[in-house]
Amino acid sequence: MSTDAAAPAGQLPDSAGHFGRFGGRFVPEALVAALDELDAAYRKAMTDEDFLAEFDALLRDYAGTPSLLYEARRLSAQIGARVLLKREDLNHTGAHKVRNVLGQALLTKRMGKRRVIAETGAGQHGVATATAAALFDLECVVYMGEVDTERQALNVARMRMLGATVVPVTTGSRTLKDAMNEAMRDWVANVDSTHYLIGTAAGPHPFPEMVRDFVRGIGVEARQQCLDLTGALPDAVAACVGGGSNALGIFHAFVPDAGVRLYGFEAGGEGVATGRHAASITGGSAGVLHGTRTYVLQNEDGQTVESHSISAGLDYPGVGPEHAWLHDSGRATYLPVDDDEAMAAFELLCRTEGIIPALESSHALAGARKIAPQLAAELGREPVIVVNLSGRGDKDVHTAGAYFGILDKE
Amino acid sequence: MSRIGVAFDKARADGRAVLVGCMPAGFPTVEGSIAAMIAMVEAGVDVIEMEIPYSDPVMDGPVIQKASDIALAGGVRTADALRIVDTVAAATGAPVVTMTYWNPIEQYGVDSFARDLAAAGGTGLITPDLIPEEAGEWLAASEAHGLDRTFLVSPSSTDARLKMTAEHCRGFVYATAIMGVTGARSQTSEAAPILVSRLREVTDLPVGVGLGVGTGAQAGTVAGYADAVIVGSALIRCLLDAPDQAAGLTALRALSAELAEGVRNPAR
Repeated sequence: MSTDAAAPAGQLPDSAGHFGRFGGRFVPEALVAALDELDAAYRKAMTDEDFLAEFDALLRDYAGTPSLLYEARRLSAQIGARVLLKREDLNHTGAHKVRNVLGQALLTKRMGKRRVIAETGAGQHGVATATAAALFDLECVVYMGEVDTERQALNVARMRMLGATVVPVTTGSRTLKDAMNEAMRDWVANVDSTHYLIGTAAGPHPFPEMVRDFVRGIGVEARQQCLDLTGALPDAVAACVGGGSNALGIFHAFVPDAGVRLYGFEAGGEGVATGRHAASITGGSAGVLHGTRTYVLQNEDGQTVESHSISAGLDYPGVGPEHAWLHDSGRATYLPVDDDEAMAAFELLCRTEGIIPALESSHALAGARKIAPQLAAELGREPVIVVNLSGRGDKDVHTAGAYFGILDKE
Repeated sequence: MSRIGVAFDKARADGRAVLVGCMPAGFPTVEGSIAAMIAMVEAGVDVIEMEIPYSDPVMDGPVIQKASDIALAGGVRTADALRIVDTVAAATGAPVVTMTYWNPIEQYGVDSFARDLAAAGGTGLITPDLIPEEAGEWLAASEAHGLDRTFLVSPSSTDARLKMTAEHCRGFVYATAIMGVTGARSQTSEAAPILVSRLREVTDLPVGVGLGVGTGAQAGTVAGYADAVIVGSALIRCLLDAPDQAAGLTALRALSAELAEGVRNPAR
């Protein structure tokens, strides 16, 4: 496999991290030196053959990539599209996120730092970070909103087993946004010894670009696999969007392919019209959150509004700045999928393919189901849709069991 | 001329540092915050730093965040904050400088905010998460409306960044004494005097030192090398910990007086 991480030249962001009007650095000055250090280390690493070889070897031998591209025939028959599932759920730790943490953990080691901190919503990123920390012998502290520690107790246990300290965050809405604030505060105070291993393509420059580059192998692989399997590029690529790392990961290699439509599905929660959702692009406005300018769920005064999704992993009131730009430029289309639609798609995949998807990925599946008839009508044939199955649903069994009312009483 | 310069000139003539006291707008209520700011000035605080509460304050420690949460839960809005500036500036004659994270300003409208802040009698703005590189709109708006601009510098700032940041400041430069968030600490910073002396090499602007100062003795230590001593969490705690507003104001006056005494007895 060639080096997935090395991005083509001449693409966004600019050298200050701007994707058009989005991105940048809106951070306390105390963090600028650390961001500059990270940026320099990252740029050096991306042209260092030893680093790239080590990263590739880890992805292959440890994470288990390239992940499969699986043609889901029974699901396809139900949806009316030829659905190819990018099986990131088969990666070690059960999600696409392992790619990003391995890249950042390698960088941490190169910068001579001994401690990593992370924020997590559903716990997938926390588990991935704790995993990489164990592998690289780094101290690991994971901030997690108290609400999320309750709904994702299994992942909390996994992180602790891997040797991480999990800190429940009790401020604000006690979810991912507040965990990110707390991690930022820790970083400001401990920046000499600590790398903040951000879990999605958000945050201040260079995080959105760096995280994208560490996960862009998803799309590089899927593009080639689709060509090998079908002899052509797909008609559409679908992914869920919370912060947006899995979506960028699979989109990025397809961005120059004008014939491939890119769809990001945001968490519509109880419906965007109800105000209880996490659809930052569909239902938010441009603003600054967590160090970057992007689309944000906010009120008129710029105060962040609480987000809602049945999926803790999508329950974030912002989105990575590159998605904001892809939306404004029209290259990608962002649509909301509500909780019920996601759960219906979750059930459908379980029953047709024997695959239990993460609730995040269920949004992408539901989205693919939604767009299939329209695509078929436009193309005059069965469309080929690549869906990023970004993670597996083990962590969500309790939530889904409660939703479907199938848990035996204790 | 910097709007806040008067306070620095006066203190310099007295041979002492300026005492800056922080309080969030709308904490515990709009009226309560006005009473608190007036009490602080009456007890010896020279300059009010009024924070516009924000939902995601990444530089703030638990005390300020709690106070901000209370203010936001009480429904305080940016427009209320501007009204508070107007009222406190008129009632005390003391300079009122505003501090807030960037998003509330952007949503209000950068130029509109500058216009309304100037009209309310505010002296300028401290921007904890806006660095000069991203501040194009604010540089223009603050020029247009004659407002001071205070960017932060940190012990981790390079010499080149200290110089660049100070060049974009007007009024004073805010030196964060420690690597960390707001909140009173038992010991004063060892990094702060070094940072201030590095700043003196690159700017003639007054330097204020904040983060971690909570007692008169600490204020005296910082006053020994800085032009302004900035105190937030310790003052806010007076109100947070008090059983009622009257007791809170009494404690606030007492601490303000202690700090004012501290800046008049610098440890040189």
